Amino acid sequence: MYKELRNHIIKLFGSDTRLDGRKFTDFRPIKLETGVASSAEGSARVNIGKTDVIVGIKTEVMEPFPDTPDEGGIMVGAELLPLSNPDFELGPPGIEAIEIARVVDRGIRESKAINFKKLCIKENEKVWMLVIDICTINDSGNLLDASALAAVAALKDMRFPKYENEKLDYKEKTDKKLDLKDLPITVTVIKIGDKLIVDPDLDEEKVIDARLTVASLSDGTLCALQKGGDYPLTAEDIDKMVHIALGKAKELRRLIR
Amino acid sequence: MAYKQRIDGRKFDETRKIEAKVGIIPRADGSAMFRTGNTVAYAAVYGPRNLHPRFLQDPSKGILRCNYNMMPFSSFGERVRPGGSRRSKEISLVTEKALLPVLDLNEYPNSVVDVFIEFPQTEAGSRCAGISAAAMALADAGLSMKDLVAAVSVGRVDDKLVVDLDYNEESYEDGPVADIPVAMMPNHDKITLLQMDGLISTDELKKVIEMAKKACKDIYKVQNKALKEKYKAEAE
Repeated sequence: MYKELRNHIIKLFGSDTRLDGRKFTDFRPIKLETGVASSAEGSARVNIGKTDVIVGIKTEVMEPFPDTPDEGGIMVGAELLPLSNPDFELGPPGIEAIEIARVVDRGIRESKAINFKKLCIKENEKVWMLVIDICTINDSGNLLDASALAAVAALKDMRFPKYENEKLDYKEKTDKKLDLKDLPITVTVIKIGDKLIVDPDLDEEKVIDARLTVASLSDGTLCALQKGGDYPLTAEDIDKMVHIALGKAKELRRLIR
Repeated sequence: MAYKQRIDGRKFDETRKIEAKVGIIPRADGSAMFRTGNTVAYAAVYGPRNLHPRFLQDPSKGILRCNYNMMPFSSFGERVRPGGSRRSKEISLVTEKALLPVLDLNEYPNSVVDVFIEFPQTEAGSRCAGISAAAMALADAGLSMKDLVAAVSVGRVDDKLVVDLDYNEESYEDGPVADIPVAMMPNHDKITLLQMDGLISTDELKKVIEMAKKACKDIYKVQNKALKEKYKAEAE
């Protein structure tokens, strides 16, 4: 469908450049801001180039799930708002939104950065649930990495509200922060033709062959992976992609600290 | 007991701190932010564009479609469940009716102008902030308009008539409260949105609508300035 566009992008790759003049492993300029929604217990906004995503966290107190009576948890939702892209439509989350939410969820959950046992208020009865909602404001490509970065920054920004005598008072935030043992960072590496790039813009997203999303910890341990796109990858591709992602994750982690 | 002084110290006819910005969403055909106090509205306009499904099309003119939505974390209380509610559907409807009178959609048969209004945080007066943002976004999209629309909520707290009620005033418990969202075409002195919850006398209603007119004219100045600012910045 985008044959001409693809040919043009690949031709540019031949002279070591991209549509907007970036190098293969350059992100667009990233801006990260926290405390952007004072109604949320934690929030962050990430701009990558013109891409603009807000993540807000509301804390809830609920009964634990029966199989984990002494653990709280996280829930991640993504809304690809029709305000952010002319092709997004109203209605329940589509498959693209669900994938973003689930990959962001796994990056955080599997990193074990949050000790869910510490979110337990009273075993079998009351636990904290951190509901992380991703809302897109402007889609200019790479919503996934922007969402994941904003989600971790929002967790770091979070303050628990007051909970006393089995009553939750959202009006009063405490000083109590969430104990985050690590900062899991998610980076997606894209394959177009035989080149590997990061942070695709809208045009590059239209012509990707394959992508690999890699979530990793500060010591380089991997904590979540997701392969996407219609074409396969070789083991060699995967090795290269993981290395690119780990290198980029180091840069992104510095933005949160 | 009388309501002697506003809880946040404002004058009775004073709005909360207002900010406006145009062109905040590059992908949209028009966009704007409008903020009053802790209530922040983003509006994006897409269109005129093709309307699907086809049975919704009007061969004589374009239609306006508005959608009001609170982000899940936008409430200072409990999380708002995503997806529309009866409340958000009704507000979308009255928003549409508030904006329609300034637009001329006769040139766009079979088309739709979509207005999406989103709130990252809300603390009373969201529908009015949404309408004020949407009007700027429509102007930014380059649609022909005979006026802008400015909106504010006015009302009564106990024995006082007030402009731009905040949450504490909406939920005032020591006396009766009336909450009256009003939208105006500021250059035509016409009202395009009027709702009310609460109790008020006909005399007070008359007076408070005059207060709304004055406040809307002030809001219009802020909207106008924000629009000019964007195009000034582009010219430079």
